[in-house]
Amino acid sequence: MTRAHAGAANALMKRDNTMSLLEIKNLHAEVDGKPILNGLNLTVEKGQVAAIMGPNGSGKSTLAYVLAGRPEYEVTAGDILLDGESLLELEPDARAAKGVFLAFQYPMEIPGVATMTFLRTALNAQRKARGETDLSTPEFLKRVREAASRLGIDQEMLRRGVNVGFSGGEKKRNEILQMAMLEPRLAVLDETDSGLDIDALKIVADGVNRLRSPERGMIVITHYQRLLNYIVPDVVHVLSKGRVVKSGGKELALELEARGYAEYQSEAA
Amino acid sequence: MPAVQETVDQVRSIDVDQYKYGFVTDIESEKAPKGLSEDIVRFISEKKSEPAWMLEWRLSAYRRWLTMREPTWARVDYPKIDYQDIYYYAAPKKKDGPKSLDEVDPEILETYNKLGIPLREQEILAGVERGDGSRTRVAVDAVFDSVSVATTFQAELKKAGVIFMPISQALREHPELVRQYLGSVVPVTDNFFATLNSAVFSDGSFVYVPPGVRCPMELSTYFRINEKNTGQFERTLIIADKGAYVSYLEGCTAPMRDENQLHAAVVELIALDDAEIKYSTVQNWYPGDSQGRGGIYNFVTKRGDCRGDRAKISWTQVETGSAITWKYPSCILRGDNSQGEFYSIAISNGHQQVDSGTKMIHLGKNTSSRIISKGIAAAHSQNTYRGLVSAHRKATGARNFTNCDSLLIGNKCGAHTVPYIEAKNSSTVFEHEATTSKISDQMLFYCRQRGMSAEEAVALVVNGFVKDVLQQLPMEFAVEAQKLISISLEGSVG
Repeated sequence: MTRAHAGAANALMKRDNTMSLLEIKNLHAEVDGKPILNGLNLTVEKGQVAAIMGPNGSGKSTLAYVLAGRPEYEVTAGDILLDGESLLELEPDARAAKGVFLAFQYPMEIPGVATMTFLRTALNAQRKARGETDLSTPEFLKRVREAASRLGIDQEMLRRGVNVGFSGGEKKRNEILQMAMLEPRLAVLDETDSGLDIDALKIVADGVNRLRSPERGMIVITHYQRLLNYIVPDVVHVLSKGRVVKSGGKELALELEARGYAEYQSEAA
Repeated sequence: MPAVQETVDQVRSIDVDQYKYGFVTDIESEKAPKGLSEDIVRFISEKKSEPAWMLEWRLSAYRRWLTMREPTWARVDYPKIDYQDIYYYAAPKKKDGPKSLDEVDPEILETYNKLGIPLREQEILAGVERGDGSRTRVAVDAVFDSVSVATTFQAELKKAGVIFMPISQALREHPELVRQYLGSVVPVTDNFFATLNSAVFSDGSFVYVPPGVRCPMELSTYFRINEKNTGQFERTLIIADKGAYVSYLEGCTAPMRDENQLHAAVVELIALDDAEIKYSTVQNWYPGDSQGRGGIYNFVTKRGDCRGDRAKISWTQVETGSAITWKYPSCILRGDNSQGEFYSIAISNGHQQVDSGTKMIHLGKNTSSRIISKGIAAAHSQNTYRGLVSAHRKATGARNFTNCDSLLIGNKCGAHTVPYIEAKNSSTVFEHEATTSKISDQMLFYCRQRGMSAEEAVALVVNGFVKDVLQQLPMEFAVEAQKLISISLEGSVG
């Protein structure tokens, strides 16, 4: 168990242990006045990996952005509770400090800012927000090196600008590296499998699996079942027209793979 | 892509009133009467006990200036300057020139202390600690309004044969050197502001590094405008003789005042065979308030002459201040195989207007030059890069690489790039790259999702953007510049 997990566990004792990690209630959200989420309900328990599948345009990525607090996405009704506390009024950085992490489908490039610097700035900003002291340089370096080597990220890459000149696979691995360093309570992986070949997919999935823990919840958003062969979910939710229309065990993903999304597209219309 | 509302608000709330150097030192000063005339020119020359040839030089400049017109080609807009409403000479009152620091007015010492520039040598000896634990020393010439008030480490420099003193003192002690080089790079007739400077300049720094000498420490001048309605016209002359090397730093600040103040400096650099001069500037003149009131008008002519073969001149500037900046540090690559470099970070915020860039004039064979310019515009500011790269008919094998990047914060500012490129021989290779980007909302969101505040995110992105140039600054200045950049953009977010 890492330090953060121990810390989270201590914090939990004060919390209601039966409380869900994440509760999304009747969530409505829109972008540029266009409604995308239409009364979405979803619960993620501690330690749970929940897969969210659904056709294009069903609101999967919107859900990810709304959870993280992206400003262009307006919540018009409903609530999002993390450990029983509403996230809606919190800025994106405050949500991050509470433990919300989003692995982006398209990670941004930041020229001139070394990945190492980026990670350290982010980590210390979160620690500061939580009233913790900065991580010492040797301790930080030790953790980065360990996490990077597990993901097959070499030291040279950590010195390069964030995602600049990285391949698709490298960018996704870099997202998982950040997740490993930031040790979130809730990790949202938005189409992490897109653009990955099978070897890269295995490395990324392996990195994610290593981060599964009894205190951490994960939402794995994917269009295809393929990723779920490697990150095996506890539950699968099907999203259509901005709502969860079906939930089931991991076998639901296989069913979707075989039958496609056609029935959900018409059903929710 | 539309700016996210947040960014727009952040930019709107940019508060340039946070200028940290805006205090006024209360000190009695001696001024020449307001306005400009032959009498004023004579007054200044007399104050400095200059030789007769110098007075003639000034007067010829003054007469020439009367026939000249203020240039209007730059992309800057400001009310007409009344040249008769300016004091051309202001000096802290004192009996004789201070012989040592103990004689410098404590108010002035305190001013430099507040600016973070210790003039006492023992304090400077403590210096900035480098990464490897060693300490560096910097010799400082402090110019307060029109006069130099202190120059440190003169004795130690003298031992190495380096002359570093106020130019007014050099005119008395080394008239032959000054006479040989003054105006040889920026002629008296060069341009409106340079000609004005030639007539009325009151002080500045003089550096001479003899053949084969590597200057044992960084040299630095800190310019401070204190008096109201006073122009500052300093003149800097740096000569690196054959095989010599010198690194020179310049810093500038001024109090916050509602009226505009004029700063028209001239800097001349001369590098002989195999010599190298590295000239760095951190310019933080008062930029005016958030409504665009006040601020320094900065009209500066800086030019270096690679007069010898294999000479090298390198300009590095971090420009964050001034209401108006009109400044083109240039290199004349006269010697064969000589090299010129220009690294620039220009940040504009509030209502600042920057028109800055460089000229690389290739005259010698196989000369090369490199230009890296990073412009950052926020709020209502306008930021223009204007550059000339030219190769003479005989400058065979000339090479230039130019990279101009602009970064916009918000949607009320502007970035402009105006490159002039002329090649008069066919063996010249000139490359030009330019980009304009915005701190995109996605990029900000990405950083904020990782836990950074909007302010931290902008600072991180901007620091990444300017990194190539920051690396060119001497270390003690790089740290200062980095701080300055975040202060300049403070309030641009959050």
